[in-house]
Amino acid sequence: MDNKKDVKGFLEFVYEFYKSMKAHEITLVYEGEITHQITKAFTSLTESNMAKDDEPGTVQRKVFHVMVECLQNISKHADDFTSSDFMFSGRGIFLVSKGDNEYSVTTGNAVDNDRIEELTNMLESINRMNKDELKDLYKKQMKEGRLSEKGGAGLGFIDIKRKTGRDLEYHFLPISDDTSFFLLTSTIGRDE
Amino acid sequence: METIKIQGTEDTPKVILDKEKEAMEISGRSLPEDVASFYDPILTWLDEYAQSPNKKTIFNFKLTYFNTASSKLLLDILMKLEEIHEAGHDVLIKWHYPEDDEDMEEAGEEYADIVDVPFEQVPYSL
Repeated sequence: MDNKKDVKGFLEFVYEFYKSMKAHEITLVYEGEITHQITKAFTSLTESNMAKDDEPGTVQRKVFHVMVECLQNISKHADDFTSSDFMFSGRGIFLVSKGDNEYSVTTGNAVDNDRIEELTNMLESINRMNKDELKDLYKKQMKEGRLSEKGGAGLGFIDIKRKTGRDLEYHFLPISDDTSFFLLTSTIGRDE
Repeated sequence: METIKIQGTEDTPKVILDKEKEAMEISGRSLPEDVASFYDPILTWLDEYAQSPNKKTIFNFKLTYFNTASSKLLLDILMKLEEIHEAGHDVLIKWHYPEDDEDMEEAGEEYADIVDVPFEQVPYSL
């Protein structure tokens, strides 16, 4: 009896979840470990959906670029944090939504609180830059930067801002005394 | 000298490095899981090639997509080619891009700005 009630409650939740996905125009949502396989699967899925919708080539390419950089950011950084909170280690949330005028790619993963300042400064300084400044920074970082142990080149955020032409929107929400959830959303216009 | 031939996949480019046939090409998509280990043999090959390069070296890039980590390694390749050019050899980079892909065209222009080596932009239609 109780079990039946639980199942019903769960199914009702699923329906609410579905409605809320629809309301937010979410076309893809994933929680878990972001691996290279996942990155390939999601990008090719989104690619074929965009092709089916006859999305212009420029939009398709930009969405692809942003998705890859966002997914690789999580796969490279999601387990950086030192907290023993097993629930968040190496995992993250990844979301794609499609509105009438734009696509959004949103990621979320846990970070150590002592990284918040560094991330904020980096994102703010990228957001303040104009096209030429971003181009110069990209070139400089490509020349002088070194590949991290995990194979990151420190170019992802700069590239996203350059490809989308829009600010990187982000937010930190506290998880515990030493950990926060870092959310980042990038928007690609469909008519640009 | 050894020839490198790598088949392209959905996330790694096709690579041809053949000194005898004077064929050098990187094409397709580049977002390998581990960029460093993918590009390492290519950079090593170029180091060896630089010891006694052909009379003329034409290197073709015909990529449709590369991620930021790959962009750094592509620059490393271009810098090796720049060294060959600086040593007094004839080098030409051909940067092929889909004619409607402004970002890929611009990426080529940026590389041409960074490295001092003859650089030709070649648009093509898909």
